[in-house]
Amino acid sequence: MNFSEVFKQSNQLCKVSPDGKYLATCVQYRLVVRDVNTLQILQLYTCLDQVAHMEWSSDSLFILCAMYKRGLVQVWSLEQPEWHCKIDEGSIGLLSSRWSPDGRHILNTTEFHLRITVWSLCNKSVSYIKYPKACQKGLDFSADGRYMALAERRDCKDYISIFVCDDWHLLRHFETETQDLAGVEWSPNGCVLAVWDSCLEYKMLLYSLDGRLLSTYSAYEWSLGIKSVAWSPSSQFLAIGSYDEKVRILNHITWKKLIEFEHPATITSSKAVVFKEVEKRPVVGTENVSIHQITLGSSLFNTQSKYEIASLPVQVTVVKPDLDRANPKIGISAVAFSADNRYLATKNDNMPQSLWVWDMQRLGLQAVLEQTAPVRCFVWDPRKPRLALCTGNAKVYLWSLAGCVSVKVPAEGNFQVQSLFWHGNGDSLVLLGKDQICLCYMHTSSCSVPVTLILSK
Amino acid sequence: MPESSYEDINIYAYSTMPPSRQYSQSAMPLLPVSPYSGPSDFCTEENISECMLYISQELSSLGLPSIFYDLNGIRQLDVMSTLNRMYDLLQLHRRAMGVVEELEVEQLKVSSDLHCQQLTSSKLKDQLELSKKENVRLRERERQLETSMKMLQTCLKNEKEEVQKLQNIIASRATQYNHEMKRKEKEFSKLKESLNRLLTDKKDKKQGMEVLNYLGRSDGRRSQWKTGKTDGRHEREMYKTLLNEFDKHQKELMLENAELKKVLQQMKQEMVGILSPKRHSQKEEKSTDFTDQQIPSDDEETSEMSCEHAREKLTNSIRQQWRKLKNHVENLDNKASMVQLGKEVSEEMISKQLHQEEMERLKMEIQQCRDFIRTQQQLLQQQLNTPCDEETAAVLNDCYMLEEKERLKEEWRTFDEQRKNFEMERRSFTEAAIRLGHERKMFEEDRATWLKHQFLNITFTDQMKMKTQNSLSEYSVQEQKHSSGPKTPL
Repeated sequence: MNFSEVFKQSNQLCKVSPDGKYLATCVQYRLVVRDVNTLQILQLYTCLDQVAHMEWSSDSLFILCAMYKRGLVQVWSLEQPEWHCKIDEGSIGLLSSRWSPDGRHILNTTEFHLRITVWSLCNKSVSYIKYPKACQKGLDFSADGRYMALAERRDCKDYISIFVCDDWHLLRHFETETQDLAGVEWSPNGCVLAVWDSCLEYKMLLYSLDGRLLSTYSAYEWSLGIKSVAWSPSSQFLAIGSYDEKVRILNHITWKKLIEFEHPATITSSKAVVFKEVEKRPVVGTENVSIHQITLGSSLFNTQSKYEIASLPVQVTVVKPDLDRANPKIGISAVAFSADNRYLATKNDNMPQSLWVWDMQRLGLQAVLEQTAPVRCFVWDPRKPRLALCTGNAKVYLWSLAGCVSVKVPAEGNFQVQSLFWHGNGDSLVLLGKDQICLCYMHTSSCSVPVTLILSK
Repeated sequence: MPESSYEDINIYAYSTMPPSRQYSQSAMPLLPVSPYSGPSDFCTEENISECMLYISQELSSLGLPSIFYDLNGIRQLDVMSTLNRMYDLLQLHRRAMGVVEELEVEQLKVSSDLHCQQLTSSKLKDQLELSKKENVRLRERERQLETSMKMLQTCLKNEKEEVQKLQNIIASRATQYNHEMKRKEKEFSKLKESLNRLLTDKKDKKQGMEVLNYLGRSDGRRSQWKTGKTDGRHEREMYKTLLNEFDKHQKELMLENAELKKVLQQMKQEMVGILSPKRHSQKEEKSTDFTDQQIPSDDEETSEMSCEHAREKLTNSIRQQWRKLKNHVENLDNKASMVQLGKEVSEEMISKQLHQEEMERLKMEIQQCRDFIRTQQQLLQQQLNTPCDEETAAVLNDCYMLEEKERLKEEWRTFDEQRKNFEMERRSFTEAAIRLGHERKMFEEDRATWLKHQFLNITFTDQMKMKTQNSLSEYSVQEQKHSSGPKTPL
């Protein structure tokens, strides 16, 4: 593992181009494009205001920079740096901005979700979509970029419109049986649309591409319902995480519950491996404190840590949530499948320091990672069944079937990893701090970083 | 009841013996009882003195003075004292009778009292029985009421818990609603502000996009006009995607189905195999007939069972085999337990534990297979039942066969080509063979002529040597000519 230098970024805006060659970061009002391998600056663009959102187009030729306060969107071209494009939403305001899958249209959601404006970069046409719904995830593009599903709300009823992204033709428009639609998500094969209700009602509806209702699933009534949803990459499974601390897996043949994964406070399942992160505090004797050590500074505070395999039964640290507040911190807030469909990683909000990994072949618990701080972010490697996570300290943690690794980021200053994501080929990790980024390259000839590895049986 | 007691007294009076009877037993022979009897008296003319003696003795024993007086040493009967004594006796007798009457009355009273007591005691016993039964019944009722009370208490506890849970749910929903309300209110106020700003703001910032030059489409093609045709195209593409997905899905399911059927067949054969060697140990003849029946039917079944009937037949046969196996295992179990009791160890008995584990495993497998089959059935049913318009129905009906047809056409084509090739090759071969034959013939002829020539030459030259040299030279010249013919142009 090799770590790069630390570069500046603002707003956690750092994206790798879809073809994997370039890395774009925003520093205040500047957009910096670097080469991914050499990290040399290739292009530098200046926007009119501080960039709030930045996105690559699907063909890696253009970058969109949105400035919500000013209501402006600027588009930059990588091939032709002198090409410019500016979209001004005027007094109507700008709430969010994104590319269409073909990389030639920009969808701007205006303030108060009044409408979605579709700007075309190929011709002068402008389309408007009325009554988009303001919800957790109201818009989703299918994986092949052919169709777009949009949640709408008119006359106190929820509707879904399916558009063909080619020419924005409205393919289907139908009412959904939800009380208050919270999100839509296409299955990876693009044939099934999962639609779920807000947390006040547990309801998952599955619609076919042509608008037919395939199935409805509701696990229970009255208590708070669905918190997170994830499709498996093969579209075989739909994982639903809910406020009752359980993940329910639906199968794509009958759309009925295949299995329920519980997150108990005491783990007794014998096939699971529990990794506990243990910090090794450096012993500081009074006579050993030298100027040298103090100037190193971080080495005293950034402790080494290693993983230990805990013997079952294991107690998981539980944080009792304040149930008097809305959206309580209880339940499964994040669900993610590995790229090979074999593993599922879940995070239970009232056990914030643990990450649970489930084996989908055996339909049982595979591993539990117990960290010393709440898990902030976890992502699967896009190629292999390898999981990377961070807890807001200066370490990055990796789990795979072979074992668990805790790697300290050798960056000067106080680099706290807030979030991370993988490069598309799975060879490198991009670590984001508060206002810094650092790249971590996986395969190098010499391992120059202190690594503590625990191999699981 | 004084009347009855009086009668009783009379009866008793007749039944008692006169005192004379009692006392005269030792001294005198028994005389008739009745005081009214005449002839057989106590005193006769012969035994007067004895009687007198006897009576005086008796009187003296009773404590009465004697009836005799002594005159010159001879006892003379004193009539006065005899009468007095008689009178005394009569008094005594009367007194005794009175006492007897009293005693009889007493006795009657006592006996009636006793009777009454007996009656009351029996009544009381009955009452006691009844009250005991009542007691038991009441205790039973009390117990039942107690259990029902406990049950109601648990119900109440459950209901209270439920109520608490529902209250918690209501509370959380209320907080959620309040939160949403506040959010909406904030948004509303922002909207109002923005509206105000728009109304008061003089300069209205227009929307617009400025771009240096328009780009081409990402796929390089020109965009098309939106007509009805494009709409139709979109619909077609959408349905094509869906159909492809269904096809893929169905292929996967068919593969899975085939594998599961294979597994079931294997299981069935194995079960039959397990059961058949145990046939001689089984007393049931039904099973033997059945296993015989099953084995030939295995040969009949083909691997391409896709109809409902064959599927049901397979599952039914598996069920029957399984039932037989279960019975067999239960029998073995019983035998094993009996054997354990009888402390005999038979070699054929497998341990109960292993058997049970085996059975559990097989049961689980069967259940899983059954579930799979059920889901497959459902899916196939779904597939067949999905309502679709005639076009797609016809398309669907065709598409199953379409691939087959195409493949068959291809194969026919290749076959034809190959056949043609073969024909050509055969023809060329025969031609070549004929040619070869001809050439050989030619060659043979040539050889023959050449040999003949040679031979003739040899013989001829020999002869010629003998005969004339001219003809030899002539022939040799001719020979040369002949041989040099082809060399020199004519």
